[in-house]
Amino acid sequence: MTTFTGESTRVASWRLLLRNPVTVVSAVLLGVVVFVAVAANWIAPFGVNDVDVPNALQPPSGQHWFGTDELGRDVLSRVLVAIQASIWVAVVSVAFAVVVGVTVGIVAGYRGGWVDTVFMRVVDVMFAFPVLLLALAIVAVLGPGTTTTILAIGTVYTPIFARVARASTLSVRVEPYVQMSRAMGTGDLYILGRHIVPNIAGPLIVQTSLSLAFAILSEAALSFLGLGIQPPQPSLGRMIFDSQGFVTMAWWMAVFPGAAIFVIVLAFNLVGDGLRDVLDPKQRTMIEARGKR
Amino acid sequence: MSDPVLSVRDLRVRIGDREIVRDVGFDVQREKTLGIVGESGSGKTMTALAATGLLDTPGAVVSGRSTLAGETELVGASPRLLRRVHGGRIGFVFQDPGTSLNPLLTLERQITESLETHRKMTRRQANARALELLEAVGLPDPQRRLDAYPHQLSGGQRQRVMIAIALACDPELLIADEPTTSLDVTTQSQIIELVRDLQRDFGTAVVWISHDLGVIGQVADDVTVLRDGEIVEQAPILEIFDEPKNAYTRELLRARPLVGRSEPAPASPDAPVLLRVDGLDVQFAVNTPVGKSTVHAVKQLSFEVRRGTTLGLVGESGSGKSTVAGTLTGLIQPTAGTARLDGVDVFGVRGAATKELRRRIGLVFQDPFSSLDPRVRVQTAIDEPLRVHGLAKGKRARQTRVAESLELVGLPASFASRYPHELSGGQRQRVSIARALAAEPELLILDEATASLDVSVQAHVLDLLAALQRELGLTYLFIGHDLAVIQQMSHQVLVMRDGEAVEYRTAAELFADPEHDYTRALLAAVPPARPRAAV
Repeated sequence: MTTFTGESTRVASWRLLLRNPVTVVSAVLLGVVVFVAVAANWIAPFGVNDVDVPNALQPPSGQHWFGTDELGRDVLSRVLVAIQASIWVAVVSVAFAVVVGVTVGIVAGYRGGWVDTVFMRVVDVMFAFPVLLLALAIVAVLGPGTTTTILAIGTVYTPIFARVARASTLSVRVEPYVQMSRAMGTGDLYILGRHIVPNIAGPLIVQTSLSLAFAILSEAALSFLGLGIQPPQPSLGRMIFDSQGFVTMAWWMAVFPGAAIFVIVLAFNLVGDGLRDVLDPKQRTMIEARGKR
Repeated sequence: MSDPVLSVRDLRVRIGDREIVRDVGFDVQREKTLGIVGESGSGKTMTALAATGLLDTPGAVVSGRSTLAGETELVGASPRLLRRVHGGRIGFVFQDPGTSLNPLLTLERQITESLETHRKMTRRQANARALELLEAVGLPDPQRRLDAYPHQLSGGQRQRVMIAIALACDPELLIADEPTTSLDVTTQSQIIELVRDLQRDFGTAVVWISHDLGVIGQVADDVTVLRDGEIVEQAPILEIFDEPKNAYTRELLRARPLVGRSEPAPASPDAPVLLRVDGLDVQFAVNTPVGKSTVHAVKQLSFEVRRGTTLGLVGESGSGKSTVAGTLTGLIQPTAGTARLDGVDVFGVRGAATKELRRRIGLVFQDPFSSLDPRVRVQTAIDEPLRVHGLAKGKRARQTRVAESLELVGLPASFASRYPHELSGGQRQRVSIARALAAEPELLILDEATASLDVSVQAHVLDLLAALQRELGLTYLFIGHDLAVIQQMSHQVLVMRDGEAVEYRTAAELFADPEHDYTRALLAAVPPARPRAAV
């Protein structure tokens, strides 16, 4: 049996989120990543394309913390700016996927009937393509570049959001409080905005944070294949690709961009898990009880 | 006298720094039934679960003693011992038969499970015993039912299966936690009879938990009244009914719905007709594994409701009552028939007139827990009809209207800033009523609006509804399954069965001389005023 204090749900969620040390650490980590993404150009100690051939392939040192690459460019500066590019691509492409996918999903779930059938069959078809293959096809048609990468990743993630939004809408749509609103004569837009969207937000928020992690990986993979962000703009995937020929003599060229991908993906995943825990009422009761013991 | 089957002393349950159950003690004798009564949140279920070692709420700490048959201590017992006791020596029946059965297993598997574990029976022996049990609990055609899945049974039948499972290993003690609360009154009375018969045949001791002292009166020999986790009164059933010592016990006694106790204030017989329904017919197409089929939910139903009066629509679940409410509020499309609200065609209305019609017909649902959006404050919830129908201009005006609506249903204006989870069930239902009233409807449809409330809370809400009708001249379509409640509210009564009207008369005539057998069966199912022990 649960008892309720006067505290609002939202405040309680945040407090619970902060109670889990893993989530707190990953949130701090994510904060650092976001800071880097925003401030990369100011905090980078060197220009990303400052070639300094005499100092090529220098190991990490006081001057070059992450060492230098085969053209003598500072790896730290390149990693920082590459993080910015990766986050930018991930955020914009996932935002695209959320807007398009959620709209499609809500309309399909709320309207039902032939709208649902048509929308969801299209989504099924999109789902049937392997992620990378679909992205490759889009890049192949439109040519490589940042915008294409965003479009490719966004398109790939759209069906996931459509599915999640539709499933949640279907279950919320038949809730008595929605029926009650309809019986009251309330318009569809008000019902969608006031009752449906807030009540399906939980799973969508979790899906967003997890998708951001996968979008980072997808961007790295596309750039590694030479189809993503184009040189001379640095990107994590491209840096790893470039390091291949030097891996035996300059490990730092591969390790630091790799570590950056690892940290970002891990932070998004852990924050996603933490959010899932506090947004799921069942999990929430358990966390609360754990806290009391 | 032999040892009691279950003897509980100084039982306490603590979660965090809150004590949910304090110093509870009782004895249950062989072949006797102990009734534990109290409203939701009083700690009834916690007490029963803690006493039998089944409490698994995270963070709950149980202390005290609970002895089974004078030898087995259950508080703090090892999981190994408890596994042997649960199902083997103690059987459990819970409130919701819809979710207590595993939907993926046949009844046979679910009944034989404990027999194979506890009695080490072979598959063949267990099957024979399962058949015997289904026969004992009065399930029709038990041989065929063995292979059935839970969804193929009605709520009452599922509860019978739960009882069969609980009694499979011939337990010494049966814990029945609100076993009839989610059932119709007719099914409830059958389940009560069933448990009594089985108790006599098997010699089982029973702990029956309920919020309704009327039900307890029909089953229990001794009663423990709980409030806020503490015992307020403990006595044999006759004493509780005849000389209740505690004020709270008296309140629970008063709150029981009883046939013939009260009637609504008389209404003028020539009040104008507000709603007239003619030949309403509703059919649903449903997909079944063998193809499409139709369910005929409402058949040729005609009735009228006069202004300022209440029409009681009564029947068991599945009789089509709620479908009628759905068609009148535009949630369900009727197949045929007409309905006119003060001359306006309810089913044929189109365009802008639809919105105005929806304003004139208000609706309150059964479940106060799901009929309010969990993420919307009371203020916004009541505000919605005002906004939609443009009934108050400006934020200030709407706030005033919300405060007035809350006052109307007896809640302080400060509740406007609360979220639904910060309210009790009764308070939520009051908010639902305030919300329905905010649009100033002429007809209010109350679809089992008090059925899921505790009897004590139900009594308050019914009083509120009656007062609102007197003061505001409201017209109600009151849908219910309990004739005692219907009598208290209605001027006219329409008894429905399988989508058809079986009896439609004024309440006074119907209760004085019910014509149809089905009406008489519904009346007989209401727990009588006197406990069974007195008869």
